[in-house]
Amino acid sequence: MKEQEYSQDNWDLVIRSKTHWLSLNLRELWRYRDLLMLLVKRDYKASFKQTILGPIWFFIQPLLTSSVYAVIFGRIANISTDGNPRLLFYMAGVIMWNYFSTCLTATSATFVTNANIFGKVYFPRLIMPFSVVISNLLRFSVQFLFFFGVLIYYMMKPDYTVHLTWAVILTPLFLVIMALLGLSMGLIVSSLTTKYRDLAHLVGFGVQLMMYATPVVYPASFLQGKWKTILELNPMTSVIEGFRFAFMGSGEFNPMSLFYSIGVTLVLLFISVILFNKVEKGFMDTV
Amino acid sequence: MSKSVLIAEDVSKMYRLGLVSTKSLAHDLNRWWHVVRGKEDPYRMVGEANDRSSKGESEYVWALRDINFSIYEGEAVGIIGRNGAGKSTMLKLLSQVTQPTTGTIKVRGRIASLLEVGTGFHPELTGRENIFLNGAILGMRKKEIQRKLDEIIAFSGVERYIDTPVKRYSSGMYVRLAFAVAAHLESEILIVDEVLAVGDAEFQKKCLGKMGEVSKGQGRTVLFVSHNMYAIKSLCTRAIYMQNGTLKNDGNASLIVDQYLSGYDSMDTARAYQNNLSEKAVYLEKAVCQNAVGIEKYMFTADEPVRIVFTVRKKSPVRGVFLHFVLRNYEEVAILETDSREGGYPEIDTDLEGNFTSVIEIPSRILRSGRYHVSVGIRSEQHDPAQIESIASFMSFDVLADKSPRDARRNSILSTILDWKDAGRLEI
Ligand SMILES: Nc1ncnc2c1ncn2[C@@H]1O[C@H](COP(=O)(O)OP(=O)(O)O)[C@@H](O)[C@H]1O
Ligand SMILES: [Mg+2]
Repeated sequence: MKEQEYSQDNWDLVIRSKTHWLSLNLRELWRYRDLLMLLVKRDYKASFKQTILGPIWFFIQPLLTSSVYAVIFGRIANISTDGNPRLLFYMAGVIMWNYFSTCLTATSATFVTNANIFGKVYFPRLIMPFSVVISNLLRFSVQFLFFFGVLIYYMMKPDYTVHLTWAVILTPLFLVIMALLGLSMGLIVSSLTTKYRDLAHLVGFGVQLMMYATPVVYPASFLQGKWKTILELNPMTSVIEGFRFAFMGSGEFNPMSLFYSIGVTLVLLFISVILFNKVEKGFMDTV
Repeated sequence: MSKSVLIAEDVSKMYRLGLVSTKSLAHDLNRWWHVVRGKEDPYRMVGEANDRSSKGESEYVWALRDINFSIYEGEAVGIIGRNGAGKSTMLKLLSQVTQPTTGTIKVRGRIASLLEVGTGFHPELTGRENIFLNGAILGMRKKEIQRKLDEIIAFSGVERYIDTPVKRYSSGMYVRLAFAVAAHLESEILIVDEVLAVGDAEFQKKCLGKMGEVSKGQGRTVLFVSHNMYAIKSLCTRAIYMQNGTLKNDGNASLIVDQYLSGYDSMDTARAYQNNLSEKAVYLEKAVCQNAVGIEKYMFTADEPVRIVFTVRKKSPVRGVFLHFVLRNYEEVAILETDSREGGYPEIDTDLEGNFTSVIEIPSRILRSGRYHVSVGIRSEQHDPAQIESIASFMSFDVLADKSPRDARRNSILSTILDWKDAGRLEI
């Protein structure tokens, strides 16, 4: 769609048909940073203006989901929670998974949601999925504060051994990994949906399946053998286990596995940005 | 000559119409499964097989073909051509919304383009918040918008509602605000597609004035598409005439506009209405616009009468049928209403079957310049809804003010010439 060259002729912009497969223009992306922040602000304002239920839902959703999990997986299936209070254990998994999955689903719909605006004005398309990831951070923060409140409540009760560990300083890293992982997987899906529209219907289902392959409703210690291997291959595992270790002092958190997650994330990010950049150029002609 | 700021070299754009892929993973898998078992492709269209000649024609369309031009600093260039000529596609390439299939476009300076008003406006945000958002989408930094904010608000004329969510705005206010943002972008080149047609007459004038100021006053380059030939003539030094995706002519605005108006393109027969299938007993089969001598056309000058020919098909002997005609202007305001009983059209009234043709003629110098939409209702005095139909704004024609600059200075809905009689002078 664009190729900016600063050639001898001193043209500011040269538009051509073919662009290099790796023509990611970071300078231009940076120039549009105000747009990124304004889009985040828009999402934030719109979600508060539309309904009062919106912000309340921020709290109710993780609370309800965690309670349901606590009953089904905790009480009925009697799955271990590594000795943690059930509500807290599931809530940690739920708010983390929520952030990852909304990043993934929302960015996977980039072209569908923005078809109209992409057809009428040019700006670096990556701004849109980036803004989604940042906007969702707001919701995560609110839910995290809520989680923290519940955590303090349980820390003061003597019958549990819930405690913070040094790993809390890794929290920003956990967030960045989740955001980039959700973003890259979402971008890959969005690129594929330009060819196969019905893939969009599978996203929700796929995310659901992936959740069961991640220690959200059970601790990593719950699985053994070849199932364990699958769990270890999942880059989200170390993030969620790490988060639980950081705030509750339990679980199997191995800092080395975090490096694995970072590696997978970077590879996926690279692939997804290239793929997105490639389809982005032809997309507008096919709607 | 001043330096060129925009050069298009051999630019072509091809669109693909029917895509080869069915665009569905389920379909592709199903097709694969059929092919694997040696069965016929379940999604192949009947009649598509081996018919290469027709297939080749239908799949690709060249929206633009080998376009070459260069635009110089400070020029105001009008782009004209009938619908489908490729004007919007050209602007889309310039604004990088889509990529050329071949060719190169070189640009000096920043381009601000307005292909549609209010792209990215969010209904829940206030006018002020939308100025920032829209400005940023169009490529402005926040600081720039801040600096221009007062000017933008003043130009838009919606100061009183600037902190109200835009969902409460009327469509006119919406357009004003959106144009105000784009017109105040700090760019060397301003590109505007046919967007002003939506505003009211006064605002259109204000916008055209602003574009004139941008090009003449500030020395910025302006490219704009319009059907308003008077605006092109008065605002532009140069016009580019496009036809079927090619550049037909390029030169002095007045000359090009005259060539365009006298040519085949003003006929644009694609705007005729045709309907051969209807379950109704009585329906409108065809409608066309013609000039005084019966030549089909859809662009008229104010000095020509506009003839509208309706062909009504009666499949069963319904009595008391009449046509009800409404003409609306670009704002969808009904400005003329008449029904066929006024003229007394005997045959359609009776219980005969067949095709009936009715003609009405709007005399010259009644309509001011602008786009007009034709609506017609086929009514029966028996009020039987199964037999009648109403078709709203199904056909449009344009009245152009090329010959009379006076028209453009009048704001009234009609622009007629009345017979001013001299009633004599009285000695005092
Ligand atoms: N996305 C698209 N896919 C297929 N054909 C298109 C697309 N956009 C435009 N076209 C075709 O390109 C031609 C030029 O269209 P356009 O540039 O919109 O004309 P104008 O603005 O002069 O009315 C038309 O024949 C139109 O059908
Ligand atoms: Mg157009």
